[in-house]
Amino acid sequence: MTLPIFRADDDPGPSFLDVLRRAGGEPRWGDLPRDISPHEHTHGTTVVAIRYADGVVMAGDRRATSGNLISHRTMEKVFPADRHSGVAIAGAAGPAVEMVKLFQLQLEHYEKVEGAGLSLEGKANQLGQMVRQHLPAAMQGFVVVPLFAGFDVRRGVGRLFEYDVTGGRYEESDFAATGSGSLHAGTVIKMGFRPQLDRTDAVELSINALFQAADEDSATGGPDVIRGIYPVIATITADGFQRLDDVEIAERFRALLDRMSAPGGTTTTGISPTVHGGSDR
Amino acid sequence: MSMPFYVAPEQWMKDKADFARKGIARGRALAALTYADGILICAENSSATLRKVSEIYDRIAFAGAGKYNEYDRLRIAGVRHADLKGYSFSREDVDAQSLANAYAQMLGDVFTHEAKPMEVEILVAEVGDEPDSDRLFHILYDGTVVDEQGVTVLGGEAEAILERVKATYEPGQPLEAALRATVEALAGAERTLTAKELEVAVLTRGHGRRSFRRLSADEVTTALGGGEVAPAPGDAPTPVASTTAEVEAESETGPREAPDAPDEGDAQRDGDGDA
Repeated sequence: MTLPIFRADDDPGPSFLDVLRRAGGEPRWGDLPRDISPHEHTHGTTVVAIRYADGVVMAGDRRATSGNLISHRTMEKVFPADRHSGVAIAGAAGPAVEMVKLFQLQLEHYEKVEGAGLSLEGKANQLGQMVRQHLPAAMQGFVVVPLFAGFDVRRGVGRLFEYDVTGGRYEESDFAATGSGSLHAGTVIKMGFRPQLDRTDAVELSINALFQAADEDSATGGPDVIRGIYPVIATITADGFQRLDDVEIAERFRALLDRMSAPGGTTTTGISPTVHGGSDR
Repeated sequence: MSMPFYVAPEQWMKDKADFARKGIARGRALAALTYADGILICAENSSATLRKVSEIYDRIAFAGAGKYNEYDRLRIAGVRHADLKGYSFSREDVDAQSLANAYAQMLGDVFTHEAKPMEVEILVAEVGDEPDSDRLFHILYDGTVVDEQGVTVLGGEAEAILERVKATYEPGQPLEAALRATVEALAGAERTLTAKELEVAVLTRGHGRRSFRRLSADEVTTALGGGEVAPAPGDAPTPVASTTAEVEAESETGPREAPDAPDEGDAQRDGDGDA
């Protein structure tokens, strides 16, 4: 591999995507055939992000589907983007995971070349541009819709962003959900959300939301107690991106299932953390 | 430009080498050495923004001495090389040796074919899983690669400083001791260096994916034991003598000492195209 040296008037700058384009290694999803059926490629599903007192909690189920078949039970959809931000994906799994990989590289590349990281706003815009560049592939059925959340170290607050397929970027003040189960997950969060939730309640709310989404949407995976597979949950605070321990998540799901199977419990409505979250403390 | 007279190739190469060496000697020095937890890179640099030492990849760091705009361009090329390689293959496949070879090819080509050689010396350092697999590649202006064992010094007065570093160097020292000895060696007997005049970074073994870390001025001050390196007893300079020494040091560095002068550095960046 030769050293990528460019003339000063022809320099791609701090963008890894531009360097990759010059090297000819850019993924070209737009060239994919139009008539590929949903059974032939893999879809990832429901992810949510909730703002709370210390930052943002992000959560995603683990199921990937090909048409009506489950293709993976342990897929991860919540990733660190860098130290203080995370990205969660829904949609065509192949392009989505590739987009996350490129986004992570882009942020780190910028930081190394420029000697300082992008602002949170800059990172959110960058992801929006990547979604927009993906539009030709989205038009052929390979839709990728991410959520982006981070702790804005310059302002000292957690912020979250959702996107549409055209790369439109929308900052949300409270919560966001995307993917096939997002309607149900979003409703559960909407009912249980209060400003300045604490960590326990925010995590509990995300667990409830994913459980209810899995209950109603066949493409969203619920807790798999047989194999011990649970959703991925992470918090993003001033201390950075931290993935929750699987043991903690398993305990919380077990508690939720116990409450639901108890006499008088309900399996059809969202459970407000104001009532049940408190019992965990 | 036409060449009206014949110049023997030996003479032509020798002139270029002298030119490059003179340019490098004007820059301030930096030293790199292995210590207990990885590799320490310590540069004399009073600018907080124009860096001599920086991160290339998970386990690889870069350091340059000489002309700022030239080594900074090489640094960015290194980041691109490493990120492209890591993207095409895997993060584990990015290693210092292939990067050092790529740099050597490029510097060798410029030295042989271009009218002006690059006035830089660079270091590619890589921390390994074991102390034995730590690597220090020192690449000269003409593309010569030296695989250094344990210690290396780049920039002006490199030989004298290397002698002083080697006198106190022991493999497996703790960070504070290694840093103190390195700063004393960079300063020499007549000067003292404070944290503000130093740029210090480490590659640490087994601390997550990205092993490169800069030491803050406070950390350096603490490690140096209160701010200044006390000169060896006996030749403690009077305030007047130390001022003279500083003035001499400044004049030695000459007008082209870019890393210490932000304005000149920017001007040099603009002139990048004809480098």
